[in-house]
Amino acid sequence: MKGITPPLNVEESGGGVMRFSPDEALRLESGGQLNGFEVGYRTYGQLNSDASNAILVCHALTGDQYVASPHPTTGKPGWWIELIGPGKPLDTGRYFIICTNVIGGCMGSTGPSSTDPATGAPYGLTFPVITIGDMVRAQALLVEKLGITTLFAVVGGSMGGMQVLQWTVDYPNRVFSAVCIASAPRHSAQNIALNEVGRQAIMADPDWRGGDYAGLGTRPEKGLAVARMAAHITYLSEAALQRKFGREFQKDGVSWGFDADFQVESYLRHQGASFVDRFDANSYLYITRAMDYFDLAVAHGGVLAEAFRRARQVRFCVLSFTSDWLYPTTESRDIVRALNAAGARVSFVEIESDKGHDAFLLHEPVMEAALSGFVASAAKARGLKS
Amino acid sequence: MSMVREDFREILRLVRPGARVLDIGCGEGALLQLLTDEKSVDGRGLEISPGGVAACLTRGLAVVQGDADRDLADFPTQAFDYAILSQTLQAVREPRRVLEELLRIADRAIVSFPNFGHWRVRWALMAGGRMPMTGSLPTPWYETQNIHLCTVGDFVDLCDALHVEIEAAAALAEGRPARSIDPRLFIENWRAETAIFLLNRQTPKDGSSPRPDRPERNDLFD
Repeated sequence: MKGITPPLNVEESGGGVMRFSPDEALRLESGGQLNGFEVGYRTYGQLNSDASNAILVCHALTGDQYVASPHPTTGKPGWWIELIGPGKPLDTGRYFIICTNVIGGCMGSTGPSSTDPATGAPYGLTFPVITIGDMVRAQALLVEKLGITTLFAVVGGSMGGMQVLQWTVDYPNRVFSAVCIASAPRHSAQNIALNEVGRQAIMADPDWRGGDYAGLGTRPEKGLAVARMAAHITYLSEAALQRKFGREFQKDGVSWGFDADFQVESYLRHQGASFVDRFDANSYLYITRAMDYFDLAVAHGGVLAEAFRRARQVRFCVLSFTSDWLYPTTESRDIVRALNAAGARVSFVEIESDKGHDAFLLHEPVMEAALSGFVASAAKARGLKS
Repeated sequence: MSMVREDFREILRLVRPGARVLDIGCGEGALLQLLTDEKSVDGRGLEISPGGVAACLTRGLAVVQGDADRDLADFPTQAFDYAILSQTLQAVREPRRVLEELLRIADRAIVSFPNFGHWRVRWALMAGGRMPMTGSLPTPWYETQNIHLCTVGDFVDLCDALHVEIEAAAALAEGRPARSIDPRLFIENWRAETAIFLLNRQTPKDGSSPRPDRPERNDLFD
């Protein structure tokens, strides 16, 4: 239990970096392993005496463990502060909330920007390719270290939702309930295509240096910013973009050139520029790759219901949003159909919203009501005190 | 139990304790809750409105958002003991297909609907020359969800055509307990305001399958 720091503010109850010794290697799906890896994490609320009230929150592609506390680089509030806190759907007065940085990330968990103990230099592209399953295996080791056998709930949106599903498939007896929001059981061709645009933008930046930029003292900021700009569009919807920006100009109107004349251009440029301050380009490559490789059915003869066969006693809640075209409702319905076929206990709501994929990070009353209801009733079934 | 709707009370009576039940159009989950509390059923619901599903989640029920016309196909064959379709058949686009789906998903179906053959309905149309508005059909024609109204006689004909066995039937009138009926009797088609049927797949006497295209029991359809 090294690396635990005292609470940083009212919300955080612990966390830091958990270091695993070289004899606790992380096996990887690609065949390799990580010796002596680290997992960055934060906790909120208190673990009860029988360790039965722990909720693991899984973050999305560019998220991190600062789910309910200010980001150390940007100072912005936690990314799921709408859902986590006293009296919120994930009530910190009742549950012990854990959020970890994924393996391959750049906020404290071992990733391509970490130092390779074998060479003493940053891994760069010598970092092994990781999968959603690998991320989950690292989380399982951390959860075990925290003295928790069974998680009361695993909750996540987007790539976080993939981790949730993977948890129920790989560790069905260690998960009591699971909430999968705006996600999919596999990455679609469109998802892979969009990720590839981002990766190519990074690799086309001369400062990327074949992935060795850290050792060579450069940063592929332009490529990473373009990747973020393209991705950011996919998190919104046509209606949301139109409502927010329309065809509004920046102050001076038409420049007869290629400045950011339109507000939407300026907004995207800002999104790209601020992203590079907090994210590592190689992490972006590795994590998007992990998402592309994600296909829960593939290890089960292509039958998704088979993947969930051992998870039939887990209580599932699946949520999607009407305007999410990145992880559309049809993909959530695929999950629901397979869970029904496996005989699992599943609830599903498609939430009316015009905010696109990002709706899961925003204030959405129906999502909050559904999540509150589901978690509270699961807590009752689990026998947790209110 | 005094506040329980009469149709719910009748459904409670029909369902075997501990059964697996799918309630289609479960609203805010009142019936499912009742079945869970009183009959310890393993209940699931299908409900079209997100608000209804959210309310069901608060009650701790497992409910999937969807509609009877489109989403019953997502449920595996013979996954339930009972499929309940309460006051919804007349509002679906394809009642015949929905009825077949109910009996694919479950061994038995419980179906209730307003009887368009009720004397009050007939009288309103005959004497007034206007689309009937009665206790069980309270909405004007231009606002009603009911697009496939039928009479008890029509429904019996459909069951016969689909080789569906009618195990039991009851008539409901507002505020009165359910009355067991023989739905093939001419008079009941006049007297029943709302009808409720317990159906099952007919077992043919010669032992052959009435529907040879029916897949073998298999809960993997993905």
